[in-house]
Amino acid sequence: MSITDQVIAIIAEQALLEPSDVTLDSTPESLGIDSLGLVESIFAIEEAFDINVPFNANDPTSSDFDISTVATIIAGIERLKAEQA
Amino acid sequence: MKRVVITGAGTINALGHSVDATLAAMREGVCGIGQLVFRDVERLQIQIGGQVRGFEAEGRYNRQQMSLYDRFTQFTLAAAREAIEQSGLVFSGELAAKSGVVLGTAGGGVSTWDDNYRAVYEEGKNRVHPFVVPKLMNNAAASHVSMEWNLKGPSFTVSTACASSNHAMAQAFSMVRSGMAPAMVTGGSESMLCFGGVKAWEGLRVMSRDACRPFSANRNGMVQGEGAGIFVFEEYEHARARGADILCEVAGFAMSSDASDIVMPSKAGAARAMAGALQDAGISGDAVGYINAHGTGTAANDKTECAAVADVFGPHADNLMISSTKSMHGHLIGGTGAVELLACIMALRDGVIAPTIGYQEPDPECALDVVPNEARDAKVDVALSNAFAFGGMNAVIALRRV
Repeated sequence: MSITDQVIAIIAEQALLEPSDVTLDSTPESLGIDSLGLVESIFAIEEAFDINVPFNANDPTSSDFDISTVATIIAGIERLKAEQA
Repeated sequence: MKRVVITGAGTINALGHSVDATLAAMREGVCGIGQLVFRDVERLQIQIGGQVRGFEAEGRYNRQQMSLYDRFTQFTLAAAREAIEQSGLVFSGELAAKSGVVLGTAGGGVSTWDDNYRAVYEEGKNRVHPFVVPKLMNNAAASHVSMEWNLKGPSFTVSTACASSNHAMAQAFSMVRSGMAPAMVTGGSESMLCFGGVKAWEGLRVMSRDACRPFSANRNGMVQGEGAGIFVFEEYEHARARGADILCEVAGFAMSSDASDIVMPSKAGAARAMAGALQDAGISGDAVGYINAHGTGTAANDKTECAAVADVFGPHADNLMISSTKSMHGHLIGGTGAVELLACIMALRDGVIAPTIGYQEPDPECALDVVPNEARDAKVDVALSNAFAFGGMNAVIALRRV
């Protein structure tokens, strides 16, 4: 499964939606994911990709890991994987 | 209904090993938060906390006691000794039979759980010490206090996360006010600063990596602390008859439940608890000079708490002072309200308001007088101590100068 498919699967599960309902420009808010759901999604992403995502729920926009859309989350994961390699 | 006063106080926390040392540090705006020191700390992303330093259990407690006293019990006993000695009470006869101990803790013997899970899971041992259960149980500290000082009345432990000790003190207050007990030992303690205790908090992504900056626009989360705060609550006439030194009066309390979210705070729930405490004490909002805030330094708590204060106090919200001493001693979780009650006593008795240190940038959503960075002299007649727990359970205590 590609990174995109994995991320969409994780986010769809969190949002209680079908993966087909999640698009690259979906935002956590548009999918109904609240702050707890966001923290759980980040955890699931870290587990799936064996990375550490710099994320502080007090200020979600402070780190350079951009969680505003599914596409930016995927880009952030790709960057973290590349840094790891 | 009886009046209730505080005739003894004791503490141990990151700012000091006594009430005098702690209040001196609060007056000076000392930060007790620093690099954590314990096994496997290098595997944590969050490595700061308000850790108690220079507290050696060895020498203080004997070998048999050590096998029964988790660190949270050790802290409790040290603080209880200071409080009870200050009160001058000796519990015997009728006084002993009716007086008890009600304490708060969220986690109880967390490091005992941690050490023994490590032994069986990581080290593969198949045997643990016979006293693991009586050492880690949440009521262990209260039980040891009852045994040490012969307290034979109503005794138990309250666990409501970050409001545990305020809920506990509210119970003790009710018992003295109703006449059920002439005196109660109360407060709370916590000792979660071990690998598992910090790792669990780290998971929630609300912890700061650098500092606790309540109400500051650039705040980025909470910082854990540890320790204990213990008090003697005594019926006013009982205290006066024996010429006891009265630190302040406990005037009222209220508890409320948000009934909404497991972690996000509610303005309405916090406001109902503050308004309820004033109503219970028969005090008008305008009389309140100081609020010791819950003030965790998280984005969510601080703006919600300030909005609740504005709702309850109206225009007077701009006149009163509100500070969070968690900026100095960290968040003691189940013990936090007890240590923070000391700041209320200092305000009422000494006329010194503890500051909110680490304050760097005003936040329009926290536009109250948060006593930034430096303590202030002010005469205060009434103080509130707020505690708003995860799970939406709130407890606020109202105190009055005597």
